[in-house]
Parts: sequence; C-alpha cells; structure tokens
Amino acid sequence: MAAELEDRLKALMLRGQAGDAAAWRELLSLLGVRLRAYFARRMDRSAASDVEDLVQETLLAVHRRRMTYDPAQPFTAWAHAVARYKLIDHWRRNRIRQHVPIDDVAEWLTEPETESPSARGDLDRVLSSLPEKQQKLVRDVKIEGLSLAEAGARIGLSEGAAKVSLHRALKALISRNSGVED
Amino acid sequence: MKTDDLIEALSLDVTPEAGVRPRLALAAGVGALVAFALVVLWLGFRPDYPQAFGKPMFWMKASYAALFALAGFWCVERMSRPAGSGRKGVTLALSVFAVMAAISIWRWTSTAPDARMPLLMGHSWRVCPRNILMLALPMLAVTLVVVRNLAPTRLALAGAAAGLFSGGVAALVYGLHCPESTMPFVAVWYSLGMLAPAAIGAALGPWVLRWR
Repeated sequence: MAAELEDRLKALMLRGQAGDAAAWRELLSLLGVRLRAYFARRMDRSAASDVEDLVQETLLAVHRRRMTYDPAQPFTAWAHAVARYKLIDHWRRNRIRQHVPIDDVAEWLTEPETESPSARGDLDRVLSSLPEKQQKLVRDVKIEGLSLAEAGARIGLSEGAAKVSLHRALKALISRNSGVED
Repeated sequence: MKTDDLIEALSLDVTPEAGVRPRLALAAGVGALVAFALVVLWLGFRPDYPQAFGKPMFWMKASYAALFALAGFWCVERMSRPAGSGRKGVTLALSVFAVMAAISIWRWTSTAPDARMPLLMGHSWRVCPRNILMLALPMLAVTLVVVRNLAPTRLALAGAAAGLFSGGVAALVYGLHCPESTMPFVAVWYSLGMLAPAAIGAALGPWVLRWR
C-alpha cells in the first residue's frame, strides 16, 4: 500500500519536474490532502485557517524547491522532510516549543486512507463515556501515536501521571464495553 | 486565497529549473574567479610562479586542497536537500586529512630535532589560514545564497558544508601564492584555513539559510 503510493507520487514528481503541468497539479492536490491531515494532528491548538495557511506555505515550498528531489531517493521521504521542516519552522516563528519525531514518516504514508468514517464513529461513541482529558489522552497515545510525555504535556500532566491516567481510562473502557459484541 | 487556486497558479509555472549540482558548480566558478582576482590584486603570485608548476610539492598542496573541495562539494550537494546527509563528504575529508597527518608525522619524526620547527612553521604560518579564509569568504557568501534557495533542513551543518566547499576551492587557488613546501605546514595551516570558513558557515547557517 505504501509502496503503491510512493510509486504513484514519485512518477508524478518526475513528470512535474520535467514540466508536466497536469502531473504537477495532481501531485500538489494529493500532497495537500496529506499535509492537511499531518498538520491538523500536530496543531490541535490552532485554528483550521492556520493549518490551511501552513498547507499552502508548504505546497509553495514544494513548488519552489522541487529541484532538490533526487530520483535515487524515495519521494515520500523527501516530501515528509519538507513538511516536517515547515512545521518546525512554523513553531519557531510562533515561539511554540514542541518535539516532532523524525521517524513518523510511516504514519505520514498511511494517513488518511486507513481511517474510515464508520470506525471513527464507533471510537467516538466508546470514548465519550470518559472524561474529556482522558479521551484526549487515549486518542493522543493510542491513535496519534504520541509518547506519554507529549500527550501528558498537552493536558497538563507529567509523564508518570499520564501513565496512571491512561491505565485507568483503558481499564474503564474495557469494563464498560466488555458486554459489547463486535 | 483558496488552496485549489494556489495549486492552479503553481501548475502554470512548471518550467524545469536548474538542479542542485549546476548551481553549486556556478558558485564554485564565481568563487574561484574572485579568489584568483584576490591573488592577482592583493596577495601576488609566488616568486617562482611559472616554474612552480614543475614542482611536486605544488601538486601535493593542490591535490590536498582539491580533495577537500570535492569533499565539501559532496557535503553541500547532499545537505542542500531535505534530510540530506553529509556523511560521504565528511568521510572523504577525514580520510584525506588522516593520510596527510600520517605523512606529516613521519616527516617530522624522520627529521633531526633542531630542523623540525621550520617544517611546521614555514615562513607564513601567521598569515596562511587568514589568507585562505579571505579568499574563501566571497565564495562562502555566494554558496550560502545558492543553498538557501535549495532545501536544507539542517541549517548549521549545511552552512558548515558550504564553508568546507569554499575553503577547499580557496586553498586550491591560494597555491598560486603560497611558497611553502612542507607537509606538516600544509597539514596544520592549510587545514585550519579550510576549516575556518566551515566554522563561519556553521554559525551563519541557522540564520541565513532559513527558507523564505
């Protein structure tokens, strides 16, 4: 799945680098979708308009620096490195201190196709029985893949306290939902 | 502006652009030219100028500098790309330095103790690194401008790579002026002269190389 995506995007990139306007338009559209999801997850204290601004800035950067892609390397790694740089630069300019793991390229490849609307609906329902902070903690750690320290920081808990809270939340979910068949 | 409109506008502007290597080659060309002008107008050629081309030590110094310039080119060519690694260039630079250091140590130990210091200090140790740095600065400025329009993501290292590249080219041109001919001298003072622009590039990188 990831390999097909890589091949498709890489082919579009090479054609775009050679001057194919239609391929470039398609590539930027596909990248725009992934960038929006990638940034939205990591900028959850920001307005949707801020996310969109960063998407546009990043597409512009992809366009202006397109000659730096080396066909001997994977395209998705190049695109991910550009997105990550723009995100970190955004935080630097806005004086936000946050850590972005450099190896989150795997989730960059699988978002957003693997998320189906119905799965999210069931998940929302199951989590809604928890207090809001615990809901956020479970989402951040189990779905977004943040570390306990990062997820804890978002709701004002230390890593140790986050670990305890997460454990309690998961226990509560299991006991409340143990009667549910799937 | 809507993102779709932006994409439409960008797709109208897809003429192929010059790649990373040609741009860096241009920076080296301009840099070498300015360094040469500085030798002509400021430092002057070495006293034995045309005959120098027949001396093995002239070519030894030129090869040392040229290999560093190549190492610097490999570094900056990679570091100008997102998530690039300068490992290949650094490995070359360290290897070349190791060979020069080994030969220099051998020369030092096989020389009578009271004849050793001149091997290391020569006549111009005070000015050599400074002169190489001066010759490198114009090329460093041009290279930093070129790199900042590419896509470096590790800015201090990319700046250092630009400096190493500039230092190597400058040291190569500097050979037209420098009359020294001992390995220990070259191993220490030439190397310092080539590392100085790298240090300056590393310091300037995080500020100058930000994407605008």
